[in-house]
Amino acid sequence: MQRIGVFVCHCGSNIAATVDVKKVVEMMKKEPGVCHAEDYPYMCSEAGQMKILEAVKEHHLTGVVVCSCSPRMHEATFRKAAERAGLNPYMVEIANIREHCSWIHKDMEEATEKAVILARAAVAKVNLNTPLQAGESRVTKRALVIGGGIAGIQTAIDIADAGYEVDIVEKTPSIGGRMSQLDKTFPTLDCSACILTPKMVEAAAHEKINIYTYSEVDKVTGFVGDFTVDIRKKARSVNSDKCTGCGVCQEKCPSKKSLNEFNRGLNTRSAIYTPFAQAIPNVPVIDRDACIKFKTGKCGVCEKVCQAGAIDYAQQDEIITEKYGAIVVATGFDTIKLDNYDEYAYNQSKDVITSLELERIMNAAGPTKGHLERLSDGKAPKEMVFIQCVGSRCSDNRGKSYCSKICCMYTAKHAMLIRDKYPDVNVTVFYIDVRTPGKNFDEFYRRAVEEYGVNYVKGQVGKVAPLPNGKLLVQGSDLLDNKQILKEADMVVLATAIEPEASVRKIATMLTASIDTNNFLTEAHPKLRPVESPTAGVFLSGVCQGPKDIPETVAQAGAAAVKAIGLLAKDKLTTNPCTAKPDELLCNGCSQCANVCPYGAITYLDKEVNDHGIRETRRIAQVNSALCQGCGACTVTCPSGAMDLQGFSNRQIIAEVDAICR
Amino acid sequence: MPLNENEFRPKIVAFCCNWCSYAGADLAGSSRLSYPADVKIIKVPCSCRVNPMFILRAFEKGADGVILCGCHPGDCHYSTGNYYARRRMTLLFSMLEYLGIEKGRTRVEWVSAAEGVKFSQTMNEFVETIRSLGKNVRLGDLRCKN
Amino acid sequence: MSHRNYAEKIKEISGVNPYKCMKCGKCSATCPSYSEMDIKPHQFVSYVQSGEIEALAASKSLWKCLSCFACVERCPRDVKPGKLIDAARQLVVRERGGDYLSADEIPALLDEELPQQLLVSAFRRYKR
Repeated sequence: MQRIGVFVCHCGSNIAATVDVKKVVEMMKKEPGVCHAEDYPYMCSEAGQMKILEAVKEHHLTGVVVCSCSPRMHEATFRKAAERAGLNPYMVEIANIREHCSWIHKDMEEATEKAVILARAAVAKVNLNTPLQAGESRVTKRALVIGGGIAGIQTAIDIADAGYEVDIVEKTPSIGGRMSQLDKTFPTLDCSACILTPKMVEAAAHEKINIYTYSEVDKVTGFVGDFTVDIRKKARSVNSDKCTGCGVCQEKCPSKKSLNEFNRGLNTRSAIYTPFAQAIPNVPVIDRDACIKFKTGKCGVCEKVCQAGAIDYAQQDEIITEKYGAIVVATGFDTIKLDNYDEYAYNQSKDVITSLELERIMNAAGPTKGHLERLSDGKAPKEMVFIQCVGSRCSDNRGKSYCSKICCMYTAKHAMLIRDKYPDVNVTVFYIDVRTPGKNFDEFYRRAVEEYGVNYVKGQVGKVAPLPNGKLLVQGSDLLDNKQILKEADMVVLATAIEPEASVRKIATMLTASIDTNNFLTEAHPKLRPVESPTAGVFLSGVCQGPKDIPETVAQAGAAAVKAIGLLAKDKLTTNPCTAKPDELLCNGCSQCANVCPYGAITYLDKEVNDHGIRETRRIAQVNSALCQGCGACTVTCPSGAMDLQGFSNRQIIAEVDAICR
Repeated sequence: MPLNENEFRPKIVAFCCNWCSYAGADLAGSSRLSYPADVKIIKVPCSCRVNPMFILRAFEKGADGVILCGCHPGDCHYSTGNYYARRRMTLLFSMLEYLGIEKGRTRVEWVSAAEGVKFSQTMNEFVETIRSLGKNVRLGDLRCKN
Repeated sequence: MSHRNYAEKIKEISGVNPYKCMKCGKCSATCPSYSEMDIKPHQFVSYVQSGEIEALAASKSLWKCLSCFACVERCPRDVKPGKLIDAARQLVVRERGGDYLSADEIPALLDEELPQQLLVSAFRRYKR
């Protein structure tokens, strides 16, 4: 029989206001195995933990139940306290009477009754607990960063600066990401390329950083400290070691009709291409779907003009397998498709563009060489309309429920830049709310209004209709003046909602990292662990976790790097001791458990057993506790009931069921 | 809701996986999304840890409903655990129905760590269903009765 | 019925939750009858929110709404102002007595003054 101590936490008034803690204490004293019960305002405080230490000594406790907040919050705290008192840490169980009881129930009698039952279940479990020893696993001192935008680059540089090897995997032919597509950045209006390119060069030149561009993550196995990752290096059709980046192949390539992804499809590129001039690596890629050589077998112009002999049509995808201790996801974002928003005429008129497209138009390397002009007829616009919240803050299934966060600021930036460069252009911004929290952000927006004369109208646009004269009729609300505005515009710019890059879903599944309904990766705790995934060893950097601007992305990238470094700096990790354990006498060696084990942790051994006096050699399951993650799939599969899970044994769970149903 | 002696108060056991649904229940708690106190949660590492035996035991001991919550298909922390759970429960529930335990008394639901609202809604619905089904009298352990 | 009850009734008939409105004004931006209305579509939502039903009932907007449902289609918050207007109109018609008509009674009642949109919206509502 165990000697159990029960400790009921008030959590200030969080628990005590709804649960009669004194009554819980009284009721617990009657439970079998309980020889001590008390309550305390804050069990997690140092003084609260001392209560456990004292009670263990005084009452010679062998098990502890703490009735408090969620075990996800303080289970580790109380296990450590028990360890300090000389108990095995796995002799502690938590009854979650805050999140699962006091916070969701209003009636005191009802909540107290539930708290008693939850505590009773925990006591019943502890009665059957056995001391467990945590094992150790090694840490591979190498990090993988998925995504080579500003988030991935910053994370990689920070980890590499701490002395660890880092690999960046980027699926496009160059690192740089969305930031490389931007023209200027708010609120300082410095040129995006001017601040990004040095970072790209720094990453590429760093001796600890290895960059795989035009590559994707194919497969991830293993766990924290010991991931094994297959990286698919897609065939570039160009030998990176030989290519000098002279660019002649791109000039001479006869297939020039492919949409230029980097310019958001606003112009075309050759079949052999580098996405932009400052690309790193400066090695082109052959787009095999567009290349005449690959389609018809005749052409080969690039091969003929390449002095370095770098063109290699026979190149194949290459799979690289590498081990990592930590993985950082930095997959970034894209703008949403506007197919559901016919009212803005995006698909009907070339002069209705997204803000990211305007960014390319304003850029000197963009499709119009930086001249602001209508894409339909090349004329300079006189009247421009910006529409905010296109697809953001929508709860109607057409768009996204969240605020995309960056649009208010980049629209102020665009409006300001246009008014500055083309003072004769009238700029009207239709907004629902202007949200500019951030250092120097509101001042920036006010400058757009006060110094640059941008016309901000409170109200949404209902309809944009192309007119026969080539202009666009914008029909919007002015809610402050209570009138409907009809305006003929030359160009309309849509502040399109952003969403996580589509590939993130596949990556999250491979990493078993949780993802929310909007495809943003979930953080381990929304406030206290914002850059960690709940999956150990996986960290989040940049917009893959939620909408962010550049400074926030860089800050979070640094934070993710620190968390990864903290992991890589460890030589050994303690492993979860709640692993599967077979009963050798019951096991009949049928292999069913090995079939369901996702980690290949189960092997078989011919072993001599003594079954009630009968000595014989049997085929028996063996669990590698370093590989076993403790899911318990094998325990249910086992037809003879030989397999059990330590810490969550059949008897323990049944005891909980019984206590609840009593 | 104040306690009322005459009112039917079902006993409901909810098995929640540690990674998604238990965290979802925590989120329901920290968001103060209420659901009836009749639901008592047992934490398991994964939905695939739930042995059909546990569910039979719960009904034997007088539970009126049992719900199993796990990560969404494809999101299991252990990759495939919830698929096993889904298959096992499909078989078990159809067997239970054959034995006279109404389908409504058993349920599998996928609740992610971010779905506090869904957790609370699911529990409210489930309790409502059990209340309308009334007391479970089919699988009770007769040996314990006087 | 008190004003509150009228507001509740409108919510019940329309199935609309006016508190979902984020006051973006897209409904009014979309409305083809905007210039004819005294109470604009976005105001309709806040009137129901605050329970000012008398003003709504007296408003000529009820009879100027074309029930084209462009506002319903485009509302980003799924508030459906057009359905609120529909509901308010229905409430007024019911108050005047006689909720429902049999098909035989209709021809005699039809007159030039009967707003076309009432027939259209009634047809839309009861076509099933």
